[in-house]
Amino acid sequence: MTLFGWIQILVFCAIVLALVKPLGSYITRVFKGERTFLSPVLAPVERGLYALAGTHEREEQHWSAYAVALLLFNLAGLLLLYGLQRFQGLLPLNPDGMGAVAPDLAFNTAVSFVTNTNWQGYGGESTMSYLTQMLGLTVQNFVSGATGIAIAIALIRGFARASAQSVGSFWVDLTRATLYLLLPLCILLTLAYVALGVPQTLDPSVTATTLEGAQQTIARGPVASQLAIKMLGTNGGGFFNANSAHPFENPDAISNLIQMVSIFAIGAALTNVFGRMVGNERQGWAILSAMGVLFIAGVAICYWAEAAGNPLVQGLGLQGGNLEGKEMRFGIPLSALFAVVTTAASCGAVNAMHGSFTALGGMIPLINMELGEVIVGGVGAGFYGIVLFVVLAIFVAGLMVGRTPEYLGKKIEAREVKMAMLAILCLPAGMLVFTAIAVVLPGAVASAGNSGPHGFSEILYAYTSAAANNGSAFASLSANTLWYNTTLGITMLVGRFLVIIPALAIAGSLAAKKSVPASAGTFPTDGPLFVGLLVGVILIVGGLTFFPALAVGPIVEHLAMLAGQSF
Amino acid sequence: MSPSKSASLIDARILLPALADAFRKLDPRSLARNPVMFVVAVVSALTTILFVKDLATGGANLGFSFQIVLWLWFTVLFANFAEAVAEGRGKAQADSLRKTRSETEAKLLSGDDRSQFRLVPGTSLKVGDVVLVEAGDIIPSDGEVIEGVASVNEAAITGESAPVIRESGGDRSAVTGGTQVLSDWIRVRITAAAGSTFIDRMIALVEGAERQKTPNEIALNILLAGMTLIFVLATVTIPSFATYAGGYIPVVVLVALFVTLIPTTIGALLSAIGIAGMDRLVRFNVLAMSGRAVEAAGDVDTLLLDKTGTITLGNRQATEFRPVRGVGEQELADAAQIASLADETPEGRSIVVLAKEKYAIRARDMGSLHATFVPFTAQSRMSGVDLEGSQIRKGAVDAVLKYVEGASAKSTPETVREVQAIAAEIAKAGGTPLAVARDGRLLGVVHLKDIVKGGIRERFTELRRMGIRTVMITGDNPMTAAAIAAEAGVDDFLAQATPENKLALIREEQAKGKLVAMCGDGTNDAPALAQADVGVAMNTGTVAAREAGNMVDLDSDPTKLIEIVEIGKQLLMTRGALTTFSIANDVAKYFAIIPAMFLAFYPQLGALNIMGLQTPQSAILSAIIFNALIIVALIPLALKGVKYRAVGAGALLSRNLLVYGLGGLVVPFIGIKAIDMAITAIGLI
Repeated sequence: MTLFGWIQILVFCAIVLALVKPLGSYITRVFKGERTFLSPVLAPVERGLYALAGTHEREEQHWSAYAVALLLFNLAGLLLLYGLQRFQGLLPLNPDGMGAVAPDLAFNTAVSFVTNTNWQGYGGESTMSYLTQMLGLTVQNFVSGATGIAIAIALIRGFARASAQSVGSFWVDLTRATLYLLLPLCILLTLAYVALGVPQTLDPSVTATTLEGAQQTIARGPVASQLAIKMLGTNGGGFFNANSAHPFENPDAISNLIQMVSIFAIGAALTNVFGRMVGNERQGWAILSAMGVLFIAGVAICYWAEAAGNPLVQGLGLQGGNLEGKEMRFGIPLSALFAVVTTAASCGAVNAMHGSFTALGGMIPLINMELGEVIVGGVGAGFYGIVLFVVLAIFVAGLMVGRTPEYLGKKIEAREVKMAMLAILCLPAGMLVFTAIAVVLPGAVASAGNSGPHGFSEILYAYTSAAANNGSAFASLSANTLWYNTTLGITMLVGRFLVIIPALAIAGSLAAKKSVPASAGTFPTDGPLFVGLLVGVILIVGGLTFFPALAVGPIVEHLAMLAGQSF
Repeated sequence: MSPSKSASLIDARILLPALADAFRKLDPRSLARNPVMFVVAVVSALTTILFVKDLATGGANLGFSFQIVLWLWFTVLFANFAEAVAEGRGKAQADSLRKTRSETEAKLLSGDDRSQFRLVPGTSLKVGDVVLVEAGDIIPSDGEVIEGVASVNEAAITGESAPVIRESGGDRSAVTGGTQVLSDWIRVRITAAAGSTFIDRMIALVEGAERQKTPNEIALNILLAGMTLIFVLATVTIPSFATYAGGYIPVVVLVALFVTLIPTTIGALLSAIGIAGMDRLVRFNVLAMSGRAVEAAGDVDTLLLDKTGTITLGNRQATEFRPVRGVGEQELADAAQIASLADETPEGRSIVVLAKEKYAIRARDMGSLHATFVPFTAQSRMSGVDLEGSQIRKGAVDAVLKYVEGASAKSTPETVREVQAIAAEIAKAGGTPLAVARDGRLLGVVHLKDIVKGGIRERFTELRRMGIRTVMITGDNPMTAAAIAAEAGVDDFLAQATPENKLALIREEQAKGKLVAMCGDGTNDAPALAQADVGVAMNTGTVAAREAGNMVDLDSDPTKLIEIVEIGKQLLMTRGALTTFSIANDVAKYFAIIPAMFLAFYPQLGALNIMGLQTPQSAILSAIIFNALIIVALIPLALKGVKYRAVGAGALLSRNLLVYGLGGLVVPFIGIKAIDMAITAIGLI
């Protein structure tokens, strides 16, 4: 590890922190329906959309109606995206003449983009038409992100309101998240990326003659616009197969920094929105601090493991850290940082190949996802994910102050605990059960690019990434098979919607509760004690479940490496 | 039943039957009430079957498997034992109560004028029957006195041998079946049928027969069930991981991992904690009608306390004689003393005492003074004496002023104003002014003072640190109330309280999301008692009050509300502490079992054996032995409860997190290592 490496990491952290308050303030105003500096332009558009859709700004929904609206909307998106892929050959904006996508891959991809996972079982530039990319994938990038934000806002309202029947309107929240937040920021980011050299064109691929005289097809397309939302909406689905390691998708250190910051920006700011809406910003900072502790710990371990490198390789005379699968323009610190950021948030974009990380370095992204991506997390998803852990932490420890546990004046009772447990249960179910089946299926094992513990990690990583709706991969797994396309698709649906519904149920049940005023007997949730408790509960409840799997995957691989054995 | 009779934790009379009960509770119907232990029992049964099969077919490592199976069953039995011990303590109390429920005969009154009675068995009485109970009779069932007054020995339920007065009308009309009339007679209208009397309910409550899971317990059970499911997933997926690696893991090892990971510690002790909580209240002579009420007590935000008896000593005392100008203190004291000689109220007696102590006026014989006592009535609001040709009156200031106005005008307007000024001054200081007049001439004012109980101020400070607001309820005027409130250090007061504004106050607090506790005894308290989240009825109170509250204080001591709150908090804290401990324990268990489990095919994982456990088998066995023994070790804590300290929530939490969270992380590392050394030394492995 070098000082310069750490400075780069700290600069990133500083920028994210600096954005928390202004962005938090802006998002709060947007969802409270207050005027913002964009209102003169956007408010008429917003009103027009409501008029067109026949919905009313002030018509709020019970949590169950909110959930139904959300599910229907996502189902429609799923069907549309599936249809687009299957019929893209017949549709316009297909200059490279891409044919219909196979049914299992189309299902997998549709689920993947609707669930904000963006697991890519295909190579973008060689499978999808421009129309599919723009109307299908990019649209889903926006609305799946907006869906996550909407749920987070509904949950925040649950805490902020008392004795209320409704948690807001899904349609209004979805519209505002897209119109006021994602779109304007994406326009800004797209322009920045174009300025940094990212392509943005509807022209077909170009063919170049290389120095050796060979013909090379160079793919391009509307990259910058998709890149902007891919990061901001924590989607992660790259235009190119190589994702943000591709020089057209991530040309230099500046674009790399912008991309990392935009992954975290909204997720981090949502903690501030939470603080503002419940009337105590410190509550938001406390949650962000718990995320921060876990984040810095992850970065430190990952960076250390990568910088230390592989003693076996060093034994062959190659000095220095592990540079396998990394882009020289980013180096070890920025690759490690990117890997931790993209898996802490549910982004899944990569600028290096996680499968090529050292065993411990690669274990950190795995753990980040296993914890449910609550370290800042996917837009909205990270917030409602960590709230589930907050509910558990408060319930267990809150009893120790001798009162029925309360959080922000809301009593945490059987219903909240039940819903939080249901949601938390989904993750190990999706991650472990399918891994356990896959590792004993010869066909599924054959897809792994390596044998032994590393091959195990590849499969575990795939299901973990799917259940956590991350989308990144331990690259050498060939996942475009009927088995993986189907089971990963199911895992993504479980990891997304079986968490969302309990989260909304909690929102509804909290909103309906009375608010108990805080007193000296109330467990303070805005201090270091709470932060420590939350971190402990996340690690023990969320992490310990995966100890056996990690032991036979990365941990044994690491120990074997130290003993001179590789896989 | 008295608090002093608290059974010690190690009492052979409780432990021995509890051992037998531990086996009796293996009944699946009884186990099914506790999801975590039910799962352990099911897993133990399956493992036993596998073991028997192995025994028949001659499998490997039989000795090891046998020990694991044994300890699995011990885990279940220890949990049953914990519950049985907790119940046993209640049963001992129930038995002593049952003795009082012996068969009684009742004198059932009949006829229009209820002049005749016939003897019927007490159990045949119906609600609404009227019975006669005379000196020496046992009251056959719960009821309300409709006629007469008697002294009653209620030692059967309160453990207090001093008799209490029960009379018709007013707030002392409730009688309890099983108690004995010592003198006089009363007619009682039966309010509870056989089998549903107060004592029957008490027996059911302390035995835990009627025990319903409380809201927090239900929520905690859900959490524990959820954790169990998570660990099911974590364990059932391991065999296929092993297969991938080309290894094999025996079922018994997987079972050991699973059972040690699921929260058995809290699962085993959860019901014992609940029963012990109720039991602590009973020991305290408070009966909670439901566990829910005990839990609510821990959550209380606002305490409504009656001024009289709780905050101040029951009676006001004369502290000062304030004569008007032209009258000597001695003269006022003399008149007041004569007027109070026959006044048996505590206030009256305190005037006599003060006159004697301060002015050396000795008691005089009413007879030799030819005095006739004029008693206090609600209309006159005065009392006094008529001497030969002379009248002395004392009473409420406005009543006395009206009286002197009516008499020949011997009081000048200045005197009237002076008396009013003194009275206002006394009221402002929290006292009660009592005007004294002789033959229509105002003499002055007696200062009656409420004496705030010693130490009560500190109690309120303590409550404030717990985050509980205290509100004093009094019939006094606002000025007096404010002065006493300030002296006692309560947070707020409700002056000139009526049943209506008491109820309104409770509703107002509840609308703010607060939980309210109060105690009361009279029929007019019933609506407020019913509305309050925790309503403690005094045992001396009326039937209506007792029905409306969700707790009954057998000692009729309103100060106990504070202890009740502490017991409620203790119950919740104990649950939280043991849950935290149980979950934190898992870290060490993973480090014991995971390396042992995979060692055969991934020897590198031996590096995770940070405890340096001897062999894989000893590691697994030590973990499961620790897991079982920790249940027994924590039974005393479950029964006694985690100590509640009146410090802020933050300080309390950091302390408990340190002890039970960090302790829960560290203790099993030490415990498992110690057991590993022990079992290796004695050659179990």
